[in-house]
Amino acid sequence: MTHDRIGVRKTHKLFIGGAFPRSESGRTYEVATATGDFWSNASKASRKDARNAVIAARTGFGKWSAATAYNRGQVLYRIAEVMEDRRAQFIDEVMAGEGVDEAAARQQVDAAIDRWVWYAGWTDKIAQALGTANPVAGPYFNFSIPEPSGVVACVAPQASSLLGLVSVIAPVIASGNSVVAMASTERPIPAITLAEVMATSDVPAGVVNLLTGDPAEILPWLASHADVNAVDLTGVTDRDLAISAEREAAGTIKRVLRPAPEADWNADPGMDRLRTFVEIKTVWHPMGL
Amino acid sequence: MTFDYAPAPESRASVEIASDYGLFIDGEFSPSASGSSFVTVNPATEESLSSVAEAGSADVDRAVAAARRAYDAVWGPMPGRERAKYLFRIARIIQERSRELAVLESLDNGKPIKESRDVDLPLVAAHFFYHAGWADKLEHAGYGPAPQPLGVAAQVIPWNFPLLMLAWKVAPALACGNTVVVKPAETTPLTALAFADICRQADLPPGVVNILTGAGETGRLLVEHPDVNKVAFTGSTEVGRSIMRTLAGTDKRLTLELGGKAANIVFDDAPIDEAIEGIVNGIFFNQGHVCCAGSRLLVQESVAEDVLERLKARLSTLRLGDPLDKNTDIGAINSAEQLARIDELAKSGQGEGAERWSAPCEIPERGWWFPPTVFTGVTQAHRIAREEIFGPVLSVLTFRTPDEAVQKANNTPYGLSAGIWTEKGSRILWMAQQLRAGVVWANTFNRFDPTSPFGGYKESGFGREGGLHGLGAYLKTEAAR
Repeated sequence: MTHDRIGVRKTHKLFIGGAFPRSESGRTYEVATATGDFWSNASKASRKDARNAVIAARTGFGKWSAATAYNRGQVLYRIAEVMEDRRAQFIDEVMAGEGVDEAAARQQVDAAIDRWVWYAGWTDKIAQALGTANPVAGPYFNFSIPEPSGVVACVAPQASSLLGLVSVIAPVIASGNSVVAMASTERPIPAITLAEVMATSDVPAGVVNLLTGDPAEILPWLASHADVNAVDLTGVTDRDLAISAEREAAGTIKRVLRPAPEADWNADPGMDRLRTFVEIKTVWHPMGL
Repeated sequence: MTFDYAPAPESRASVEIASDYGLFIDGEFSPSASGSSFVTVNPATEESLSSVAEAGSADVDRAVAAARRAYDAVWGPMPGRERAKYLFRIARIIQERSRELAVLESLDNGKPIKESRDVDLPLVAAHFFYHAGWADKLEHAGYGPAPQPLGVAAQVIPWNFPLLMLAWKVAPALACGNTVVVKPAETTPLTALAFADICRQADLPPGVVNILTGAGETGRLLVEHPDVNKVAFTGSTEVGRSIMRTLAGTDKRLTLELGGKAANIVFDDAPIDEAIEGIVNGIFFNQGHVCCAGSRLLVQESVAEDVLERLKARLSTLRLGDPLDKNTDIGAINSAEQLARIDELAKSGQGEGAERWSAPCEIPERGWWFPPTVFTGVTQAHRIAREEIFGPVLSVLTFRTPDEAVQKANNTPYGLSAGIWTEKGSRILWMAQQLRAGVVWANTFNRFDPTSPFGGYKESGFGREGGLHGLGAYLKTEAAR
């Protein structure tokens, strides 16, 4: 007697500090495919998970921001390489989650991989594109350079589960920030697969942290967290939630990127995102004998 | 025998102050709709200088509408090379009238004439001159091939450098093609009103620059106005927070230049005499009414005693008094309210156990004054080491190693500026890299230049003023074009 093999399903967990913990709350929520079939129980991140992720991100920031731009570029390129290996898996997941055909999914996945390559090339050019030598009227060598803002909390786009996610986290980490990202609530699976890519791509622990769950529950804690330096609201679809997050962010004068519900993730990203999450430092260095 | 300084007052003859001023809207002065006004006083004498209209809701509507019309019909469509010439004109007129403006600034603000004359006004003119040149070169500034202005900018100006902060905001806004509604601080409106006259002399089209005098409520009405595209604010972190909350959910762009608690770090190999001058300039320049003031002196333990001794000797020679006297080093505190705040924080320093020393100087009978004051035995937990005092009060802490200096310097929610004093170039650059601050001065302090971007990290705000980076605050993002 023969029978079909029963598949081995994966437990989908969070990604915090380079590890894959379940939510400390023990909660999960059901994720369905675009056609409504059961897909997985994803972890439903709690306030405590978000705080743990911020602690991990702060730790990751130290090492990552101190790394050379060349090194960061290689790590980002490595992410593209490892993603390329998993291309078929990502295509399957985008098809299942977004309900698009294979050609459309392939296009999304290829664009996501290529986006890492694009940002890999940016790491050692940001300082040249955004830095200046300033001709001050006095005996000083005066220069301005971009430095990463610190820990950035992102809400990834809800519809574009992979390309959208990559498009928001890549520019954040390219300049040396660390990130706590909330994946698309209803389409979180490609984000978790991306976390597995991160874990095997020489990205230092804590640089990228991915949470799944409900932004309405987690975002207020991230937006008010005193050790978060910037908040990217790109994927927030609830207007009231976005407004309250921006208000909370004012508590410690965080940098805020407002929601972008209409964003076209296939368009040239430009430099807006890179500019948003850097600080310009100006140094007056004396000249003299 | 001792030699006394004879009085050397700058003449007030170059200044004519009207008994009252209206609001400058659409190229004309007019009273406020409500008819309400307030008095601006000379903080050195408490004499009334003038009565100034207080803008209310209807006035804000009218000013924003004028700015919108000017943006749509004149300033927005005008080629950059023509906008440039207006800004060059303004720069020239400021140079021509700089003595008058310096005297006016010292009268209204209380700052010594040697600072308004030698620092504020030259920088004001330089700022317009620098930005004038950008107006027709924006496509070469790195903001993409077709940079576009934002529209109408609401600009709220602080009282510590009234005309200079106006220049920092108005010059880049106009260069990028925006029109502006400016709200000067209520205690220092006079040079902004003089700027209105400069716009008249320059034949600037009506509505491009509008000036609304008033207090916090006027500022609130202005930044909340629905037809404003951009808000630029310089002032306290507390007000910055409330503006940020107000703007949540709008598509208004915002830049904030807020408070600071800068560390001025003196290493044992520093040129000590220069460092003493730098410490004095860092915290006692403009009576310490400076957001980037070096209000925390971090001195390496091995030289701390020597530095403090020389610092106190130097402070004992500072001359406090008539801001218009050319020999005056320390002018008046800008307002009774600010004096009360400085006093309260200084008392908290004593209360928390720090040791207070104030320079021996005679305090004039009238006006608001505070002697240069140094606190030693300060810990990082003391309020005077954590809170912005915005006055001539220095808190002294010590350190042993560079790492400890960095840790202490960065131990603040602010991140506007920092100073490093050492003869070692490599140490300057290493320290500059470690410090989380937007402006780092090495072997100097409180130095400004229109080509040099200024602005903070963390709770000192976001966005830059000056330099190529300052232009970004007045241009659309690539995504918004």
